[in-house]
Amino acid sequence: MKICCLVKEVPDAAVQKRIDSNTKRLDRSGEKNLNPFDTHGIEAAMQIREGGNAQVDEIVAVTMGPESAVRALHKAVALGADRSVHLTDEALAGSDVCATGYALAKVLESEQPDLVLLGQQSDDGECYTIGAVVADHLKMPSLTQVIKIDVADNKLTCERQAEYGYDTVEVELPAVISVGDAINEPRYPSLKAIMGAKKKPLDTHATGDVGIEADHVGEDGSKTQVLAINPPPTKEPGEIIEDEDTNETVEKIVAWLDERKLL
Amino acid sequence: MAGILVYALHDDEGNFNKNSLGAISEAAKLAGELGTEAAAVVVGDVSDDGAAGLGAYGAKRVFRAKDAPEGLAQPIVDVMAKVISDEGFSYALFGGGLLGFEIGAGLTARLNAGVTMEVTEVKVQDGKLVAERPVLQDSAIVDVGYVGEPGIIIGRLNAFDANAGDGGSAEVVDVEVELSDWSTKARMVTRGEQRGADVNIEDAEILVGGGRGLGEKDNFKLAEDLADAMGGAVAATRAVVDAGWYPYAAQIGQTGKTVAPKLYLAAGISGAIQHKVGMQNSENILAINKDPNAPIFEFSDLGIVGDLHKILPKLTEAVKARKGG
Ligand SMILES: Cc1cc2nc3c(=O)[nH]c(=O)nc-3n(C[C@H](O)[C@H](O)[C@H](O)COP(=O)(O)OP(=O)(O)OC[C@H]3O[C@@H](n4cnc5c(N)ncnc54)[C@H](O)[C@@H]3O)c2cc1C
Ligand SMILES: Nc1ncnc2c1ncn2[C@@H]1O[C@H](COP(=O)(O)O)[C@@H](O)[C@H]1O
Repeated sequence: MKICCLVKEVPDAAVQKRIDSNTKRLDRSGEKNLNPFDTHGIEAAMQIREGGNAQVDEIVAVTMGPESAVRALHKAVALGADRSVHLTDEALAGSDVCATGYALAKVLESEQPDLVLLGQQSDDGECYTIGAVVADHLKMPSLTQVIKIDVADNKLTCERQAEYGYDTVEVELPAVISVGDAINEPRYPSLKAIMGAKKKPLDTHATGDVGIEADHVGEDGSKTQVLAINPPPTKEPGEIIEDEDTNETVEKIVAWLDERKLL
Repeated sequence: MAGILVYALHDDEGNFNKNSLGAISEAAKLAGELGTEAAAVVVGDVSDDGAAGLGAYGAKRVFRAKDAPEGLAQPIVDVMAKVISDEGFSYALFGGGLLGFEIGAGLTARLNAGVTMEVTEVKVQDGKLVAERPVLQDSAIVDVGYVGEPGIIIGRLNAFDANAGDGGSAEVVDVEVELSDWSTKARMVTRGEQRGADVNIEDAEILVGGGRGLGEKDNFKLAEDLADAMGGAVAATRAVVDAGWYPYAAQIGQTGKTVAPKLYLAAGISGAIQHKVGMQNSENILAINKDPNAPIFEFSDLGIVGDLHKILPKLTEAVKARKGG
């Protein structure tokens, strides 16, 4: 079985994220990282490989993004992927969810995976939707926010929390599964794996290589348009206390509670 | 005709989801401004009266696909794609909820349509709908317009209020939909399992919320001791419920409960959007978190930057002393 893990390069969480008011896109300059939610997808693939219920021949990390996104692929490989695929093309810049999902589905088509794994959300875009978009293009069954996967007989048994509690769902392969961050505790890459990551095979594709129609992607191919960016309604900032002397902090909390008649 | 189509989710007893009803009310309001119609889609076992009853919230017609199963997104994508194509709806609108995200995303691919998620408000501009979406931890609000039709709008939990008015009863239209081959390849084994004890957090005036910052299951005792001292109950985040540290019935947020107690004391909770939507209307919010950049501090009334393991036990003692004295 071949597993493709979709991974994304995102601004480091410690960096203040902002929107560039000229391009109306996320300012992606500064420190970047592999989307932390995607490390759970790679770990899930590794656990299926190590679990013994299915033979995993290959784990492939796939990303769409600018040149710098190879760093996310290197991290994905250090975490266990065997090789990676980088879709990169000027024509893709400014793609919305509709265009991104289409483009990713096209690269995946060229790989013919039995299972596609994604993270629950990208740390910057937070759209929660790419998995379900990709699945419909690939004509595969899909689930998002999955926190348990069992593999047997070309079938997955998945658990996830939906609106009314936990659902258990059987999904036939090939399938597209987005995993929640409670599914596993991603391992740390070994120094050897980090050092070796750059030597693993990496294929770079432009849109034309995988049959992406240029007018379906990028800003012009997108179906949504950012019309304006506004600050949120102002809210009085709350009081902040740094806990230095805990007895004193607790006194302040009790006084605050008292004042509001909460005790 | 142009119009707005809403998906109305229901549980196994046939009760419609509050957020779906809110989406119908919102669609009816917007349709009024656009001079068009709001309609709903239901799947599975919904009675004539149940379906027609959605008229009270403003649906003029309800398309019912009895043979499509409820609970999984892809069969509903098939149904909605057909209704949208056959009837020419201009927008699809979803209330907050996991299934709405998945169905909306599926429709995006199927109909090559624009999608906006986590929408908190929808407005009419030049005869079209524009969706407001907060981004980057709610630090900016983006106005999103649609190129072509349909436009897909996925609301944030509790963004739209349900108003049962005198909309009368809706016309119920049964639709036959052939499910896509891949839609039938996922099968619900069990739905809506309640994990852990059946605790009541909705009636509590004081809630102590515990998150991953508690460090381990046993440390929920710190939250419980404080809640006991204050005469309140303990709530939890999805992260700790998924981890099996606390019962699902105590979970607050997008796929849990919505509460508005007099006091919400968040201990070791980062304040992710999906948690915030379930508790932001609490009268007073007090947060204890060791990370000064935690999003929870953006919407708490009193924020304590510190280690909960040091603070909670002493706070519990102090509250007991204060109450005893
Ligand atoms: C579709 C979807 C639906 C979801 N539904 C829900 C939902 O219904 N409810 C929900 O809650 N979440 C939901 N989530 C998950 C949500 O996005 C967050 O992942 C979750 O709320 C995080 O829980 P947490 O705050 O406990 O954990 P974390 O985000 O890991 O935060 C832990 C916090 O504890 C702090 N901390 C650590 N140690 C200490 C210490 N010693 N003292 C003080 N502070 C400490 C850390 O600084 C951190 O801020 C959903 C997500 C998705 C994508
Ligand atoms: N540009 C991209 N390249 C590869 N994978 C992506 C990309 N954008 C999103 N994803 C995948 O989709 C998941 C959900 O992202 P989102 O829908 O943006 O929240 C992420 O965790 C990734 O696995």
